[in-house]
Amino acid sequence: MKQRSQASAQPRAVSLPLDKETLLHFLNKMILIRRVEEKVAEIYTRAKAGGFVHLNIGEEAAIVGAASSLADRDYLFTSYRDHGWALVKGVAPRAVMAELYGKATGCSKGRGGSMHLFDSKVRFMGGYAIVGGMIPIATGTALAVTYRGTDEVAMCVFGEGATNIGSFHEGLNVAKLWQLPVVFVCTNNLYGMGTAVRRASSVSEIYRKACAYDMVAERIDGMDVVATRDACLRAVERARKDHEPSLVELVTYRFRGHSMADPARYRTDDEVRWWRERDPISSLEQKMKDSGMLTQQEIDDIEAAVSRVVTESVQYAESSPAPGLDDLYKDVYVQSEGQ
Amino acid sequence: MAVITYREALNQALREEMRRDSNVFLMGEDIGVFEGAYKVTAGLLAEFGEKRVRDTPIAEEEIVGLGVGAAMVGLRPVVEMMTINFSLLAADQIVNHAAKLRYMFGGAVKIPMVVRMPEGGGHQLAASHSQSLAVWYAHIPGLIVVAPSTPLDAKGLLKTAIRDDNPIVFVENETLYNTRGEVPDGEVLTPIGKAEITRKGDDITIITHSRMLLVAMTAAKQLEEKGISVEVVDLRTLRPLDKQTVADSVRKTTRAVVLEEGWPTYGVSAEVAAFVQEMAFDYLDAPIRRIGGAEVPMPYAKNLEKAAIPDDQAVIAAVTKMVA
Ligand SMILES: Cc1ncc(C[n+]2csc(CCOP(=O)(O)OP(=O)(O)O)c2C)c(N)n1
Repeated sequence: MKQRSQASAQPRAVSLPLDKETLLHFLNKMILIRRVEEKVAEIYTRAKAGGFVHLNIGEEAAIVGAASSLADRDYLFTSYRDHGWALVKGVAPRAVMAELYGKATGCSKGRGGSMHLFDSKVRFMGGYAIVGGMIPIATGTALAVTYRGTDEVAMCVFGEGATNIGSFHEGLNVAKLWQLPVVFVCTNNLYGMGTAVRRASSVSEIYRKACAYDMVAERIDGMDVVATRDACLRAVERARKDHEPSLVELVTYRFRGHSMADPARYRTDDEVRWWRERDPISSLEQKMKDSGMLTQQEIDDIEAAVSRVVTESVQYAESSPAPGLDDLYKDVYVQSEGQ
Repeated sequence: MAVITYREALNQALREEMRRDSNVFLMGEDIGVFEGAYKVTAGLLAEFGEKRVRDTPIAEEEIVGLGVGAAMVGLRPVVEMMTINFSLLAADQIVNHAAKLRYMFGGAVKIPMVVRMPEGGGHQLAASHSQSLAVWYAHIPGLIVVAPSTPLDAKGLLKTAIRDDNPIVFVENETLYNTRGEVPDGEVLTPIGKAEITRKGDDITIITHSRMLLVAMTAAKQLEEKGISVEVVDLRTLRPLDKQTVADSVRKTTRAVVLEEGWPTYGVSAEVAAFVQEMAFDYLDAPIRRIGGAEVPMPYAKNLEKAAIPDDQAVIAAVTKMVA
């Protein structure tokens, strides 16, 4: 049986087979995402950032577990819920913050905003705001890898809502048919905007959809950073060594609304409380403390360091210039031969 | 100088560019073993193999997305949509992605991709298979849209398009594939964004593109016999438009007819008429006339279909009235 579920019922406690250094690194990145996102919420409320802003709060374990399974040379494509993914792949926090501010120093030069972060230097290949739109594109980059005979992997991240759209099925079919080195990661946070997964998908356990394409699939507790990392590492290695694509479903939850504009009234307080009690950051901290791997002092040190990064990134964004008006018509086209 | 078909010209362009640059590769439905719905890719699988001539599933959005993703990391995909009608299933990738990513991602990425697709009616394929929709793509900043009318330009524009670093919608025409024309031996590169004066004349300018060029030329010949001297401008590229060549011609002849196979409402002719009056209003001796396809879904019956597509008689009638 290629397909298996490790998260059929409820998220379990965080598993801990890793060394302290790795776990501290994960904790660090998860706290970075959390504090950046809290700051983003704040600046949005102060109208410093505009448009639609989708936060990753609650999904930190899924993001850090999945993105940390990639090598620097691997490609990462995500949806519009992209801040945390960009940070873990290596986009500078100040460049993310400046993008949200719509500044010339933003990672997309102030042209993309929250939903369209991009930094090809670290192979963060973009946030994409059309649901499912990045799936065919990620398979295309994976095709280029096989074309050249190199060994990079393309990871493609989307929500469970995107698995009902045509491009998901077209993309999985081709990835398997052509044996492309791609890892599809579905962050199943149980809602697409206000629509619960069981109201939109004939199959609520998303990993089961991969069987139509004879693709390896796993359902993982996405609140468990270690389990997530392990599953994604397996998938990345399958892609790299055997050119075998996979679908990894990470069961997770967004603690806030769909976007900053959404008060999320379609979820019960009980449900939200239940998930908040499984907060991926405090779960990891508790587990590490219990096994003697972490002291309160170490947590305080991480928080202090992250806080400095966040403050600095906001200062950078605040003091950066807006794009010049002469930028309006730049980069619509490449000026090349034939023009 | 050899006389070859439009189809052969496209085939030569693909073959030459694939030989020249190993990053160029082809994808599409039935382009390999079947050699293309219109046989444009005949013989290419045999020469280049499956790696570079890839038969795909029937999944337009995925096919174009594969091209976008491969182009983003430096390959030069040439993607075939069996016809422009089916490209609507890939509109998300063409319009929301290929056209946007470079700008939206701060200029840090290029999409050197060509998406080829034939359009046009006249083969009794009825409403779902007979549309001329190039203008839909020509509406989009970030895309380049070319639509060659002759074998020479089919070859020259396709070769230029493949070497260009932008996403290009390359619109062919089903009725043109068997048309013949002279194509010089050796390298042929037609510049993008340059219209051509296909026929010189003094009394009136017909501005057109793709298959309607043939209709315009037939009409012009007959009008000559009536003593009316017609200049014919072939746009060749729909975005960016070569406004200067068109405006210069109209300033000289003082009259303009815009002819297209597609529906005129919001069409190529609407756009051309708008910029001609902006650039040459003081020179015009008559209102600009537009001729295009009947504003109906294309019917199947031969007589109705014929009535729905502009022909030389329609052009002659319009021109005669304007010059009289
Ligand atoms: C093609 C398309 N349709 C609709 C939307 C509007 N929309 C944006 S996000 C969203 C919900 C997506 O849910 P999911 O894929 O589960 O991702 P999540 O937001 O939960 O991370 C919708 C309907 C869109 N952006 N693109």
